[in-house]
Amino acid sequence: MPTITYVLPDGTEQQMDVPCGQSVMDGSVRNNLPGIVAECGGSCSCATCHVFLEHAPEGAFDDAMTEETDLVEFLDDAAPNSRLSCQLIVSEACEGARVRVSTSNG
Amino acid sequence: MNPRKIVVVGAGHAGGTFVALLRREGYDGQIALVGAEEHAPYHRPPLSKSFGTSGTGRDEKVKWIYDPGYYQSQGIELHLRESVTAIDRDRRHVVLTGGGVLDYDLLVLATGAEPRRLNLPGEGLDGIHTLRDLADAERLEEAILSGAPLAIVGGGYIGLEVAAAARAQGVDVTVIEREDRLLARVASPALSGLLSEHHRASGTRILTGAQTVGYVCDSGRVGGVRLADDTVVPCGTVLVGAGAVPRQALAEQAGLECGNGITVDARCRTNDKSILAIGDVTNRPVDGLEIMDGRMRVESIPSAVDQARHAVDLILGRPAQDHEVPWFWSDQFDLKIKIAGIVHGDYETVQRGDPAGGGFALYHLRDGRLVAAETVNAPKDFMASKRMLSSRCPVEAAALRDPATDLKVLIAA
Repeated sequence: MPTITYVLPDGTEQQMDVPCGQSVMDGSVRNNLPGIVAECGGSCSCATCHVFLEHAPEGAFDDAMTEETDLVEFLDDAAPNSRLSCQLIVSEACEGARVRVSTSNG
Repeated sequence: MNPRKIVVVGAGHAGGTFVALLRREGYDGQIALVGAEEHAPYHRPPLSKSFGTSGTGRDEKVKWIYDPGYYQSQGIELHLRESVTAIDRDRRHVVLTGGGVLDYDLLVLATGAEPRRLNLPGEGLDGIHTLRDLADAERLEEAILSGAPLAIVGGGYIGLEVAAAARAQGVDVTVIEREDRLLARVASPALSGLLSEHHRASGTRILTGAQTVGYVCDSGRVGGVRLADDTVVPCGTVLVGAGAVPRQALAEQAGLECGNGITVDARCRTNDKSILAIGDVTNRPVDGLEIMDGRMRVESIPSAVDQARHAVDLILGRPAQDHEVPWFWSDQFDLKIKIAGIVHGDYETVQRGDPAGGGFALYHLRDGRLVAAETVNAPKDFMASKRMLSSRCPVEAAALRDPATDLKVLIAA
């Protein structure tokens, strides 16, 4: 199971083993980490699972689809490495990935 | 407020979110969560949106809000398959169906809502369904996959989502709506019209202005829906999707103030200082709502999460945050419908985008400000309209109507 590092809104770090096939959002929500709200349950609707992808091994995650980039564009703290974590699907290639959770997911 | 024992009645999205957030934010007292179903809290929205498309095992189908083992790991007592039969406000305890008693310093009611019953002749026949929980969804899925013609009583969001999902399985579908248009209580006429076209194009029959008066029995089960003009819509399965009513009997019996829902203030307080209420069961103040004295039942996940957050802040002695703009979503066919704000009162509608291709949005304005926006496959418009609603910024119809206008400029105005 790949280990993903979450940098939480208070600056602390948590490492979570996230099963392949689940999303980076699942790994946070299911362990009740702060910062990722995910009201819509992961259907790329609500944009309350915003993270900054600080490190991703080559080929770890698919590029964002238009729907995701359209949502992200309107977030206050959007940055070039912004992603919605419900769209970051974990595979073996994701070992060591690191995300910083936005402080403004509501 | 410094409660050491908190009891939460209702293990839906509101109750589940509340207990997790409370623990995460550092509350170290006792928490008990009481739920009538056999399941830990799960996501209900997917239940109406697809049939026969996910795995067959229950664990593949159910989207848990938190892993079922999470609660125990956090010292949260789960009382599943249990209901509360009474609240004793003087002794501050609740009585469970099994006869047990749970003491509380603070009680949180999150009992939700349930499908409205129409009490029509024949309603008890086999083959007539409502849809609220996982057990309902499993029964309905079996009926839909049997291929029998489906009649849906009520052209609301649940009915239309099920209609779309059933058509995807090739089932013959008729939607029967009492009002003169679909989604009459919740959507603008423009959105109603556009969605009707989509459903008709998919092969669904839509009857509007059609009052259901009863059900016809055929070989011991439902065989048709009888309308006020005495015509019968033949079918093998019926879904009654006629809205929901708050589960407030418990609160009423305990003498809590209720209207359409348990009356709460902006911080989820009832008229008993030891009892809060959150989620679909509450009648809550809504910023910007200019009808019904500014309060309503907001049946949505975002509202439940917003209230859970406010309740936790109150309990932990923190100042109140701003409320999230109410919003709703629905998935029908390949349409992702997202609505920001409450569509109400008089408004001028400005359309952006083209319903015939790609996404579009209907912005509803009153007195130079946004009241609500209905967006279809238009995530930018959805995000922009939420921002306009939270800032209450002035919005000019002409600028909004002009496709060359950058939405970001409008938000900054």
